[in-house]
Amino acid sequence: MTRLLSFTLILAILGVSAPVMAQNGPLRIEITEGVIEPLPFAAPAFIAENAGAGDMAAQISQLIATDLANTGLFREISRNAFISNITSFSSPVQYSDWKAINAQALITGAVAVTSDGRVTVKFRLFDIFSEAQLGEGLQFAGTTASWRRMAHKVADAVYSRITGESGYFDSRVVFVSEAGPKNARLKRLAIMDYDGANVQFLTDSSALVLAPRFSPTGDRVLYTSYESGFPQVFVLDVASVGRRALSTGAGTMTFAPRFAPDGNAVVYSMTQGGNSDLFRMPVNGNNPVKLTDTPFIETAPSFSPDGSRIVFESDRSGTQQLYVMSANGGEATRISFGPGRYGTPVWSPRGDLIAFTKQNKGRFHIGVMRVDGSEERLLTASFLDEGPTWSPNGRVIMFTRESQGATGAAALYSVDISGRNLRRVPTQGAASDPAWSPLLP
Amino acid sequence: MTQITKALLLITILGLAACSKPDRFDNNNRTVDLNANNGLIDPTGLGDPNSVGYFSATIGDRVLFAVDQSTLSPEARNILSGQVDWLQTNSSYAILVEGHADEQGTREYNLALSAKRASAVQQYMISQGVQASRIRTVPYGKERPIEVCSDEACYAKNRRAVTVLNTSGTS
Repeated sequence: MTRLLSFTLILAILGVSAPVMAQNGPLRIEITEGVIEPLPFAAPAFIAENAGAGDMAAQISQLIATDLANTGLFREISRNAFISNITSFSSPVQYSDWKAINAQALITGAVAVTSDGRVTVKFRLFDIFSEAQLGEGLQFAGTTASWRRMAHKVADAVYSRITGESGYFDSRVVFVSEAGPKNARLKRLAIMDYDGANVQFLTDSSALVLAPRFSPTGDRVLYTSYESGFPQVFVLDVASVGRRALSTGAGTMTFAPRFAPDGNAVVYSMTQGGNSDLFRMPVNGNNPVKLTDTPFIETAPSFSPDGSRIVFESDRSGTQQLYVMSANGGEATRISFGPGRYGTPVWSPRGDLIAFTKQNKGRFHIGVMRVDGSEERLLTASFLDEGPTWSPNGRVIMFTRESQGATGAAALYSVDISGRNLRRVPTQGAASDPAWSPLLP
Repeated sequence: MTQITKALLLITILGLAACSKPDRFDNNNRTVDLNANNGLIDPTGLGDPNSVGYFSATIGDRVLFAVDQSTLSPEARNILSGQVDWLQTNSSYAILVEGHADEQGTREYNLALSAKRASAVQQYMISQGVQASRIRTVPYGKERPIEVCSDEACYAKNRRAVTVLNTSGTS
């Protein structure tokens, strides 16, 4: 883990041979609900620049293509259809050969592996119909162990150049790994790449753990643990896996924590005399401030990206509904008004939407609404969907889907905020409560 | 895997032991509360009204709740009155009241709801004269179902507050 975090990224500008395209070049996906036809791209195997780099070159170019295709915004053209072959990173592109197979984007690259275990990846992106390179060539370097991160970095750059938005491939997900039967579930914290690779366990399953949440930089995780015999908010350092309970007061029962955007304040629920209210305190401090003071259930708080407001759920109206209040507490405004009940609101990193869990007529949904509660849209429906978390760019939502009955098990799914591209996130066993990290540095 | 196998084996053994008792909630070998911290089950003491077995089997160690509710039904109050009487007689026991919810509901909300259920039991016992210092509560939300089907028959048994006896809490 330490090695992965201390992974150093070398960015070198390569582009000398091609003119730099302006951001408003013709090759562009505007990500709106109107995008149905994915953009066809060609990704020939990257060139191996030295002996021994062949396997890695093939793996890296394949992962880049997988990242892009899995967004639902891009479609990879089979290599069998290629007319041209890319044999050298610097040789000119035969645009007509790529036009003929209807490729709109072409990704070329080269990989070198040095004897001391370092990998260098460079790539170029071409707009076939404009017959021009899109953006400058880029180079990433790292250890062979971090080859997936370099592929994700390239895919993020391609995604960003074509959509005009930042990507989300070089990111991680912290979640609860589950084992055992439904009436004797074992749970432990785990972390993995956004695509399910590189799983690492952060706790053992000796104590029940719930709902981990990343810090804004991804270096720490807040979660709820029963290791003292009752629910209590803990903070865990991802690199060292060291953990400690927050100083919320001896014997206090706390849960549903989330970091403020500054990475210092923490907001959470505390239960006293059976009643759950929201509190806020510095992660390293010990002076909780009460934000709500009602005899109703207040939980699942989430900060706005600017830290000024908190969205949370409360049953003060009689059923679970969503409310927004100042980050300092006080008057709260209800924002959910549709049929059914609403919980687990999460403010998007772009600030424009709130994702939530909705229960209505015995079904669960993941949905989004604007922060004033307007334009509610349900993205999923199943026996049990809950706990949305946003991709770093606010385009994709990951959540828990649990199947029904005695053999029911939880799994992670992702869905585009358009409601398209629902897919299962691969995990070895059952998994729940995902939280998506920011893009890695 | 070995751990899971051991856990399953333990469940089966405990479950079989539970079957020998006429507990109306433990009517099959799946229903063992793994969080029970008593380790004090005395299989020979069923006839003894001061035994732990009598407490859980005859008086009833749990009360059930309606959907999304934490108020005590008349039936629940009856069971709790029996528990209070037993606790008054057997004053060396401290108790842990575990609150639980069924799987219909989000994780956080169910945790808070189960805290209200455990607290309702705690408050009732205190109102009936049990010393507050003898009672602790813990909310488990939907994390510890005893019944695993996804029907009301199972949900009804999972919406519960269980009174777990413990001698270590008092001196």
